[in-house]
Amino acid sequence: MDKFIKLDEAVDQIKDGMTVMIGGFLGCGSPHNIIDKLVDKGVKDLTIIANDTSFVDYGLGKLVANKQVKKVIASHVGTNKETGRQMNEKETEVILVPQGTLAEQIRAAGAGLGGILTPTGVGTIVEEGKEKIEIEGKEYLLELPLSADIALIKGSKVDNLGNVYYEKSTRNFNTIMATAAETVIVEAEEIVDEINPNDVMTPNIFVDYIVGGEK
Amino acid sequence: MDKKQIKEVIAKRVAKEFTDGDVVNLGIGLPTKVANYISDDIKVILQSENGFVGLGQAPEKGKEDKDLTNAGGQPVTIKKGGAFFDSADSFAIIRGGHVDATVLGALQVDESGNLANWMIPGKMVPGMGGAMDLVVGAKKVIIAMVHTQKGKPKILKECQLPLTAKNQVNMIITEMGVIKVTDKGLVLTELGPEATVEDVKASTEAELIIADDLKKMEI
Repeated sequence: MDKFIKLDEAVDQIKDGMTVMIGGFLGCGSPHNIIDKLVDKGVKDLTIIANDTSFVDYGLGKLVANKQVKKVIASHVGTNKETGRQMNEKETEVILVPQGTLAEQIRAAGAGLGGILTPTGVGTIVEEGKEKIEIEGKEYLLELPLSADIALIKGSKVDNLGNVYYEKSTRNFNTIMATAAETVIVEAEEIVDEINPNDVMTPNIFVDYIVGGEK
Repeated sequence: MDKKQIKEVIAKRVAKEFTDGDVVNLGIGLPTKVANYISDDIKVILQSENGFVGLGQAPEKGKEDKDLTNAGGQPVTIKKGGAFFDSADSFAIIRGGHVDATVLGALQVDESGNLANWMIPGKMVPGMGGAMDLVVGAKKVIIAMVHTQKGKPKILKECQLPLTAKNQVNMIITEMGVIKVTDKGLVLTELGPEATVEDVKASTEAELIIADDLKKMEI
């Protein structure tokens, strides 16, 4: 089962209107080659689920700046002025979610859970429209799972089967997103023959396609 | 005091709140500076919510590592004994009560320990990032901020801006003093190097209880 595809073939799977998860934290640990290709190709009306919208000229922020995004679900957009502008002018819908909640919503989808209960956001505007559940005298918000058509993740080392190892702080949302999408594409910084099973952070069964490995 | 001195006073005083072995998360801006003043006699483990514990100093110029950044996206280092993890684990640490203290800035904070620090409707809507989880999950929430904003009080009877969290703040440290949030209200326990009780009261909208053993801030 060969999972290797070319960058073009990877991007061809992303169609107008799809929901796409993109790993990374302010661009650290993001699949930059796939993102850049996506910008070139101009796929539009995307719903992007990511921790943040990076910067105007870096990482997935370019997709926002290039007006390819109709909706953003993220914890922070303050580093990308264009996201703020599009949000204020109602060009792009932006849903802001506490970072820990976002991680758990994605994890819930990948783990087959119907939602999670979190104390985060109780008593704030985050609770608007959500069910509150009291457990042992403490209030929690019911937050629902978040899944995607495609997850684009970045691995520092990827083996031929799609096992992934992440270097340093690049892991962030990548491992979680790898479990929560219909199709998972990993951009490899380096392709290796083998990763010690002890060091595998995303097991190959989650990965559908591998691109890259230029290093 | 000029702006730089004010921030230094606040950061130095916050650093005294930690004890040996504490796991601490420092917010962006002024809170980040606290790391420079932690005593060498204690070991404090700094958590970075993008995915590790053992946050170290900024790297020397030319030694930046694109794979190692802090929650503000700046290049950093990791100390010996540090550990990396993903965002789910990072927020299990934060929300699960494994962080002893978090230090954050504020736009407004009030008598009930409510905090507003993530948005100004119509003006600034950057998103809450990890702040809501941190404030709910950390055992001790310390607000480190300049006492007023352009002369206007930030310590209020009731926050006007959208909240980051309800009833979670434990302590407010400014250049004018140290204020503890208690069931009875806000208690001024220490006075800043150049402040009098009257100064603090004049710069604070909230009701202040003056501690019987009020002392000068040690920095």
